[in-house]
Amino acid sequence: MFVYILKRVLATIPVMAIVAIFVFLLLRLTPGDPAAILAGDAATPAQLERIRDSLGLNDPLLTQFTTWMGQLLRGNLGTSLLSNTPVAGMIADRLGPTMNIALMTIIISVALAVPMGVIAAWRHRTWVDFLVMSFSVLGFSVPVFVIGYILIQIFAIDLKWVPVQGYKSPSEGLGPFFSRAILPSLTLATIYIALIARMTRASMLEVLGEDYIRTARAKGVRENVVLFRHALRNAAVPILTIIGTGFALLISGVVVTESVFNIPGIGRLTVDAILARDYPVIQAMILLTAGIYVTVNLLIDISYSFFDPRIRY
Amino acid sequence: MTEIPTSRHSAFQVLTSWFSVPAGVRIGIGPTIAAVILVIIVLASILAPLYVPYDPLTMNAMARLKPPSEEFLLGTDPYGRDTFSRVMTGGRVSLLIGVGAAVVSVSVGLIIGLVAGYFRLADAIIMRIMDSLMAIPAILLAIALVALNGPSLTSVIIAITVPEVPRVVRLVRSVVLSAREEPYVEAAIALGSSMPKILIQHLMPNTFAPLIVQGTYICASAILIEAILSFLGAGVSTEIPTWGNIMAEGRSYFQIKPGLIFWPGLLLSLCILAINLLGDTARDLLDPRMKKREG
Repeated sequence: MFVYILKRVLATIPVMAIVAIFVFLLLRLTPGDPAAILAGDAATPAQLERIRDSLGLNDPLLTQFTTWMGQLLRGNLGTSLLSNTPVAGMIADRLGPTMNIALMTIIISVALAVPMGVIAAWRHRTWVDFLVMSFSVLGFSVPVFVIGYILIQIFAIDLKWVPVQGYKSPSEGLGPFFSRAILPSLTLATIYIALIARMTRASMLEVLGEDYIRTARAKGVRENVVLFRHALRNAAVPILTIIGTGFALLISGVVVTESVFNIPGIGRLTVDAILARDYPVIQAMILLTAGIYVTVNLLIDISYSFFDPRIRY
Repeated sequence: MTEIPTSRHSAFQVLTSWFSVPAGVRIGIGPTIAAVILVIIVLASILAPLYVPYDPLTMNAMARLKPPSEEFLLGTDPYGRDTFSRVMTGGRVSLLIGVGAAVVSVSVGLIIGLVAGYFRLADAIIMRIMDSLMAIPAILLAIALVALNGPSLTSVIIAITVPEVPRVVRLVRSVVLSAREEPYVEAAIALGSSMPKILIQHLMPNTFAPLIVQGTYICASAILIEAILSFLGAGVSTEIPTWGNIMAEGRSYFQIKPGLIFWPGLLLSLCILAINLLGDTARDLLDPRMKKREG
């Protein structure tokens, strides 16, 4: 087990290294003068020089890379071209709202999607199954921001249950936090629920056909125990996998949702940085999100054996 | 030397099998409705210039934000442009981006995947790079690419394609890896067929069926990503109406004129729904094993 975990942890190093190289080359290999791309059309020569200086664009490519990588490994993510403040600090300031909303989304999604998928598989080919599958197909087809605006229209404008936009941190009171965080979380959760419910259903259908399920039922085990203990645990691995790979969708969704609901999180930071072509922030965000994605999937890989004791390493 | 029919399907057989439904298979009502909806949307978009009442780009200061009426079917936008004309015309570019991204990512992914599946050494390197690309969230990568390359149609298609390619490569590679163990490939190698011939004639046809399915999903997701890119301000420039940038322009007017987001959103969602349903149907027809697994 320990050796396996160590191996998996080590395997993430080349992945992250390639992401770093890719992010580094993305700007340098784009046709045209990188400084001119970043500064925009109306830049003065002095501005261009400042950008070249700040990113070290005057050095040879290899020197640029080693300096950049060296700083990165020491935790220095560079300085924003726009606000001239350290990128790491900017991200740290904006991390709170995003983490809270993402956490709430994951809790809502798993709590709703897994039972939905289990029930759909249990009542296979009935109207319940049809309803769950329809929701799932629909969830994939509507853009995240349209879902957001529909929810705003219904719950904030027509029913006036919650504020339209904005964010309050939980430390300013749980009530104001939840009333502002619930719509963004539901918006983000829609596609995640669609994904997880679909996979849960498929995986459960496979397991429910197994002999040991028939045996369990035959010896009189209660149906909910059959479903949630015997079947769901055996169906867990593909469900966990999809929760992990779906995490990328969640990160993408955060970027959009924060713009719809005007939440000052890292998603907004990224969009603002990209529109202003603030490259140090863009590259830090790509590295950060890739790092989160890789870590989440690493943890999920390791957790397989916890859910399915047959898997040993 | 005579030609030995070694591969399981000739390219021609594969092609014809796509368009004929196997005996005994019944296509349900759902996919039929999906196909009809999709055909209507595609035709309505392509033919839009022939029937829309107004030029989608001409601004009219006298008719700003008009409600739906006989004169303006879905009302007008903040610049006085007819929403109906814009939405119908916008479909053309959105669909073009969808199809374009699907074709480009499938072609590029096919080539890289064939190489990765066939050459062990290239495989190790290519798959590491693909794993890394997949770790970057698609939207982030796409907006970064558009921001650097400018908001042209080509650059949007490329931006949507780059994150999709690794998925296609993985698919093609897995098909090639299992197909190359088949006796007909061994026979072809033993007969001294050249490497390109084995790759193209014997291995490639196996990838067509899964690629068709994957292509439809990519097409749907590309239309969706275009909308998101435009929404975030990193899409095709607003001189070309797309479903995405009509919705993006409607953002600030959402509270007074929700139709600017809902109408293009509705068409776009219907379109994606139809493409996804048809993709599922194609998958079930082409790969009955998958159907069993999905129930």
